[in-house]
Amino acid sequence: MNVLILEENNFEEEVLKANGKILVDFYADWCGPCKMMAPIIEEIAEEVKETVKVGKVNVDNNQELAIKYDVMSIPTIMLFENGKVSKTFIGVTDKQEILDVLK
Amino acid sequence: MYDVIIIGAGPAGVSAGLYTKRANLKVLILYKDESALEKTELIENYYGFEKGIDGKALYTSGIQQAKNLEIEVKKEEVINVQIAEEKQFVVITERETYKTKTVIFATGNKKNTPKIKGIKNFEGKGVSYCAICDGFFYRNKEVSVLGNGRYAISEANELMNIAKGITILTDGKEAPEIRADNVRIDTRRIREVRGNQKIEEVEFEDNSKIKTDGIFVALGVAGSTEFAKKLGIITQKDRIVVNENMETNIPGIFACGDCVGGLLQVSKSVYEGTKAGLQVIQYIRKASINENKDFDAQI
Repeated sequence: MNVLILEENNFEEEVLKANGKILVDFYADWCGPCKMMAPIIEEIAEEVKETVKVGKVNVDNNQELAIKYDVMSIPTIMLFENGKVSKTFIGVTDKQEILDVLK
Repeated sequence: MYDVIIIGAGPAGVSAGLYTKRANLKVLILYKDESALEKTELIENYYGFEKGIDGKALYTSGIQQAKNLEIEVKKEEVINVQIAEEKQFVVITERETYKTKTVIFATGNKKNTPKIKGIKNFEGKGVSYCAICDGFFYRNKEVSVLGNGRYAISEANELMNIAKGITILTDGKEAPEIRADNVRIDTRRIREVRGNQKIEEVEFEDNSKIKTDGIFVALGVAGSTEFAKKLGIITQKDRIVVNENMETNIPGIFACGDCVGGLLQVSKSVYEGTKAGLQVIQYIRKASINENKDFDAQI
């Protein structure tokens, strides 16, 4: 399991203050498309484990994070670099398309 | 329970139907919208027609060919496709609910992206194409549904118990029939949608405005992209992503023809429909072998 569970209490430490690229998957358990995205995120996490941190945020339990980053559609996958969002993917996205921005 | 439900009756859908039916599968073809083929006047580059063939004639002939083979072909609008229990899907039309083991999308490449100024800029920032996925973010908010057909009503119904109020925006088209306390209908033509970070208001051509927290786009008949988004099928630039076997990322769901992109040609659609059909046959056979194994194990 290479996907880190991100919550309101560890988001700053693990994402905003961290160096390098961090990929964050905003999801919910009731969301069908999110279930299809989950295995893709896990594969990505496995493939880039040496270079990129990959985490997920359950929007039900962390609504403030969802509001802060204007997440209005799930799954939303955001790439953070130096504490800022540098790329956003909305909806189930092809693995390669995400891997391309993690290089 | 069907073995396969094919959505779309153009060259891809019908070809998939011919192969699956000839393999004795229980097949249903559902279609509603006009096919791109139907609107093509003369096709002069398709093999075997020395004087070319009229697109509409080829299309009609394809559907008749399917019917002659006793494939069930129904002209019903598909409103929703859902994943039921494991390895089963539910296809909901304006009239019926069907269960199936596999689904083939052969819905063509018609896109339902509205040509309203500003819509594109707010995708994911208030503009949504899936009520069931994104409704959660609009609890007790004012939302709009853009559209006027059965699909728009179905999206409004999804939002009914979530949003505070719903306005159906028909953008100059006829008002649909829907009765609910928190649903209003506005038939005025829209000039543009505006906002800062997120969508905030809709401006009509008569210069008046309404506030809205979100717009759910549900124009016309739902196409492959809409279904794909709801199911979690990977899409790229509004095309369904498939592998060389016409399989999507969801086992049991296949796609072929114009909805997967590439050459918009009859020959390519026929090939892909054939491939999807053959792949479904293999998928069903494998599934039934596994079922028998499970049954044997139970004994």
